[in-house]
Amino acid sequence: MALETLQRDGFLTARLDDVINWARKNSLWPMPMGISCCAIEMMATASPRFDISRFGSEVMRFTPRQCDVMIVAGTVTYKMSKVVRKIYDQMPDPKWVISMGACASSGGMFRSYSVVQGIDQFLPVDVFVAGCPPRPENLLHALIELQKKVATERTVGSLLHREPLYIPERPQEIEASKSANAGNGAGAAL
Amino acid sequence: MNQLIIDRLQAQFPSSIRGSEEFRGDLTVTVRTADIVAVAKFLKEDPALAFDMIIDICGVDRLRDTERFEVVYTLYSLAHKQYLRLKVLASEETPVVPSVTAVWPGANWHERETFDMFGIKFSGHPDLRRLYMPEEFEYHPLRKDFPLMGIPDSLPLPRR
Repeated sequence: MALETLQRDGFLTARLDDVINWARKNSLWPMPMGISCCAIEMMATASPRFDISRFGSEVMRFTPRQCDVMIVAGTVTYKMSKVVRKIYDQMPDPKWVISMGACASSGGMFRSYSVVQGIDQFLPVDVFVAGCPPRPENLLHALIELQKKVATERTVGSLLHREPLYIPERPQEIEASKSANAGNGAGAAL
Repeated sequence: MNQLIIDRLQAQFPSSIRGSEEFRGDLTVTVRTADIVAVAKFLKEDPALAFDMIIDICGVDRLRDTERFEVVYTLYSLAHKQYLRLKVLASEETPVVPSVTAVWPGANWHERETFDMFGIKFSGHPDLRRLYMPEEFEYHPLRKDFPLMGIPDSLPLPRR
């Protein structure tokens, strides 16, 4: 009854979750964590030919305080992992992570003592992008997938407490967490 | 030119030169470890040689019982357009080589890299810290007995 009156007066009604999620998913400001060659493709994604601004993500912010999604584009070494994590920690909630390319997702061709074999060992990754480096279309696809995920998140009830819907776990990590040194995946990929 | 280098070094340092070899025109001179600074200084300051540029300093792990490590210096003479390779040897028990930073300041980071990767110490170096690996790392990754995928838990990751 009341709703009908509102609609007759020119108002639309929706769930608050849907409205907030709609606003969030269409203004995902990236933190361009360009660490190596994948960053070139990330820059190409921002160029007019591929035009990431079609998805509301053209605002590459170089301060983590203004970012929603961190695009980790490149090889992450153990020495760099502390820096990446520090910048991620400085981003305000809610925040998401795209792991761009083979190196960030799995260590890629750098099967070596110095390269982290997948950034999901120290970051909660939302979307992995395959490729070495991925095409810009590939990164845009990851962004669209992330938008789908953001659209389905529960927002109002968890404004203070964001829990990721899905954290990829690796068998080695599960094994590592069973043993005494839980949470430390440094040598787990051996 | 190569013969000139050998002749002048032999005349100046008869007891410091352990040997030399030539491969396709490239001369390699092996020097007694304790005398590397004096030889380097002479090679740089002698006008007939004038090796004024240090191209690279690297380490080699031969993984043998005596004198396990080699340090290889690649020099270049801008005046004579001539390359020269110097080698010194170091043992596993006391892997110490005198630093040549006083002769070529550009040797600073090359020696830090060699120290980082092989654990060869350069005595007299002004700032012998690791170059690549985190400072708290305990191992030297380019040694032949270091496993390719590293030592478990030697490089801590941030907590997820």
